[in-house]
Amino acid sequence: MTALQKKDLNPIEHLTPEDIELIGKELDEIRQSVIDTRGEDDARYIRKVIDVHRKIELGSRAVLLASGFPPAWIVGTIGLSVAKILENMEIGHNILHGQWDWMRDPKIHSTTWEWDMASPAEQWKHSHNELHHTYTNVIGKDNDLGYGIMRVDEDQPWQPFHLGQPIWSFINACFFEYGIAAYDLELGAVIAKKQTKDPEFRRRVKAVLRKIGAQVRKDYVIHPLLSGPNFVSTLAANFTANLVRNLWSNSVILCGHFPEGVETFEKKSIDGETRGEWYLRQMLGSANISGSKAMHIMTGNLSHQIEHHLFPDLPSNRYAEIAPKIRDLFDRYGLNYHTAPLPQQVGSAWHKIIRLSLPNGWLELTNRRNLVPQLAVLYKMTTGGPKVRRTLQRKLTAGVRLTRAAAA
Amino acid sequence: MTATVPRPPSARPALSALRDRVIRFAELATTPLLPADYLDMVNPLRAGADLRGRIVAVHRETRDAATLVIRPGADWQRHVPGQWVRIGIDVDGVRMWRAYSLTSHLDRPDGCISITVKAIPGGKVSNHLVHRTQPGTLVHLDQATGEFVLPAQAPAKVLFVTAGSGITPVMGILRNHDELTDVVVVHSAPTPEDVVFGADLRELAAAGRIRLIEQHTDTAGMLDAAAIAELVPDLAERATWACGPVGMLEALEEHWSAAGIADRLFTERFRPTVLVAGEGGTVTFTKNGTSIEADGATPILDAAEDAGVLMPSGCRMGICFGCVLPLREGAVRDLRNGEVTTAAPGDGVLIQTCISAAAGACDIDH
Repeated sequence: MTALQKKDLNPIEHLTPEDIELIGKELDEIRQSVIDTRGEDDARYIRKVIDVHRKIELGSRAVLLASGFPPAWIVGTIGLSVAKILENMEIGHNILHGQWDWMRDPKIHSTTWEWDMASPAEQWKHSHNELHHTYTNVIGKDNDLGYGIMRVDEDQPWQPFHLGQPIWSFINACFFEYGIAAYDLELGAVIAKKQTKDPEFRRRVKAVLRKIGAQVRKDYVIHPLLSGPNFVSTLAANFTANLVRNLWSNSVILCGHFPEGVETFEKKSIDGETRGEWYLRQMLGSANISGSKAMHIMTGNLSHQIEHHLFPDLPSNRYAEIAPKIRDLFDRYGLNYHTAPLPQQVGSAWHKIIRLSLPNGWLELTNRRNLVPQLAVLYKMTTGGPKVRRTLQRKLTAGVRLTRAAAA
Repeated sequence: MTATVPRPPSARPALSALRDRVIRFAELATTPLLPADYLDMVNPLRAGADLRGRIVAVHRETRDAATLVIRPGADWQRHVPGQWVRIGIDVDGVRMWRAYSLTSHLDRPDGCISITVKAIPGGKVSNHLVHRTQPGTLVHLDQATGEFVLPAQAPAKVLFVTAGSGITPVMGILRNHDELTDVVVVHSAPTPEDVVFGADLRELAAAGRIRLIEQHTDTAGMLDAAAIAELVPDLAERATWACGPVGMLEALEEHWSAAGIADRLFTERFRPTVLVAGEGGTVTFTKNGTSIEADGATPILDAAEDAGVLMPSGCRMGICFGCVLPLREGAVRDLRNGEVTTAAPGDGVLIQTCISAAAGACDIDH
C-alpha cells in the first residue's frame, strides 16, 4: 500500500472536481433522508439492544457464581463475552458518537455515557471522534493507522524492529482496551516529547487509572468474591470474556481500514479539502464486512464501516438500509466498494501487517526455493547499518519490478 | 450512566447507613452502570428512582382536550391544587418536556394524579398527549410547583376568570376546596362543546356550588374587563385568580390596578411572551464543545436542544430557574423585555436559557 497520491494507478483520476461535489451532494441527501425519518422505531431499537445487553450480562454473571461447575463456566463466559461485545460495539461506540443524542434522553447520550472499557469515554471521544474520524487514513495524522506503533505504509522506511510487528500487534489485540487507553492518552508521543509532567496529561492519566481501577476491581475482585469458593474460576471467566471482547473488537477495527486495497492519504492532500473530497476520502479509506444481521449487530454495525465513516452520527441501525444506495453511488462513479466476509478481511489485514513487518518486496519475492538466500538478505538488512539496508532494499525493489514485468 | 441521584434521607440513620454501604458495594459490581440502571428495568416507579409516572388512562374531555391519569413514582410529593407539573414524554423518539396543570382530586384512592391537556394547533407535545398517547406509557416527571394556589385561609368570596385551557388549574382547585362556597367562574371558549370540563362545571353550577358564566366567543365575542365587572358587580370584594392568554391577563391587570385592587388579582401564564428579538449569534457550550448558530428570536434552550445538546430545563417560561447556566462571555437578550445582559470573560453571569436569546457570540459554561 502506498498513499493514494503516490500511486501509479490513481483510483480517482477519472473523477472531475464537479463529480466529487456531486457525490457530496448525493451523500448529503442520503444523510438528510435518514435524519428526516429518525423516530420512535429507532428509539425502540437502541433501548431494546441496551435491555438485551443488561439481561445477558446479569444472567451470565449469575451463572458464573457457579463457575466451578464446567458447563456453567462455559455458558457464563460465552454470555459475558457476548454482553461485553454488544456493550462496547453496538451500544458504547455508537452512543459515544452521538448517534442517539437526538433522543434527548439523558441516560442514552454521548455526554453522559460511560462504557465497559479501560479508556474513559471522554478521552476516547476526543481521539476517536475528533481525530480519527476527521483525519481518516491520513498518514501522520490518523493514529488509528497502526496506533502509532506499527509500520502501515510502504513509504515508511523499514527498520529491523518492525520484524516484531506481528507479535506486538497480536499482544495489542489481546489487551486491546489498554492499548486504546494508552493511545487515547497519546502516551507514546508524550513520552517522546518528554511532556509527562504536563498537568493536563497528569489529570488524564489519573482519570484513566481510576477507570482501569474500577474495571479491574469489578471483573477481578468483586465478582470473583461474590462467587465464593469459585473465586479463581470466575476470575478466569471474566479474564477470558475480556480477552474475547478485545480480540473481536480489534479484528473488527482492523477490518475497517486495514485490509489490502483500502487507500491512505498524504498529509498535505487534505489541505483545503472540500466536503465532497472529505466524503470521497471516507469512501476510499474504509472497508465493509459482509454477513448476517447478527454479525452486523455484533460488530456494532462497523461492518458498515463505509456508511459509518460517511455518516458517523447517524443511528447505526440505519446503515444497512442506506448501504445499497451508497453501493450504487460507488458503482455509478466507478469506485471500488470494498466489502468481504470477516475471515477474508481479517486475513487480508494480518497479511498486510506481516508484509509490512518485512522490507518492501521481500515477501513478494520469497518462495520455497529461494527461502535460504532471502533469509540471508533479511539477516543482513537486520544486522547491517542504514547503508546496507538501502543497498539491499534497492535490489529488492528492482527484483519486484522485474518479476512484475515478467508476469505482465 | 454515571450521574448519581441524591437519595432521599431515611428516617432511621443506622438502617440508611447500612443501605448506603450496600448501594456502594453494588456500584462496584455494576460499574460503569449504576445499580439503579438495573433496578429501573424491574421497577421504574420505585422509591429512590428518577421521578417517573405511568399513564393508566386517557379520558377525552372535548374534541381537542384529554385528561391523562398518571400513576406517579413512589417519591411523588403531594401537590397543592392549582399547581402544575412538568412532564417529559418521548414524541417520535425525542424526549420533550412541557408543563401542565394538575386537575386531580388530592386523595384519589388509587394514588394517581391527572393532568388535562388541550391540543394546540401545531403543538407537538399537546397533540401527542391528547390524540396518540396510550395507557401504559412511561413518562418522566418533576415535582409539582407553581404559585397559582389558594392561601392557607381560603377567602370567603372568589372569582375565577379563565379562557381555553386556563380552566385546568381552576378545576384542580374547585375539586379540592369544598369549603369555597361563594365562587364565580367566568370562562371563555369558542363554543359550548369546546368548554373543557363543561359537564363538570355545569353540574357544579346546578348544585349551587359555583355561579358559572360561560362566554362562547365564536358567537358572542370576547369578554373585556369592563364586561366582566358588569357581570360580577361585587368584583372588588372578591379575590380573583385568572388564567388564560396573555392579552386577557394584561387587560385584567390593567383594570384591577385602575380600580386600586391589583393586590386581589393572581394570574398564571402558560407561555412566555416574546416581545423583543434582535440579532442572534454563535453560542458555544464550552464543556460540551458544541457550537450552534442561534437566531435572535429563539431561546438558547430551544436552539441547543434542537442541536442535540442535553440542557437543564424547567418551566420554559422564565419562572422556575431550572435552566440557569453561567454565561462566561458574550451577550444575551431577555426575550420578555429586550433587556441585554453582557458578560466579560470570566464573569459567569447566570442566565435563564429558556427566555434568553443570543445577542452576539456567547460562551456558555455547560
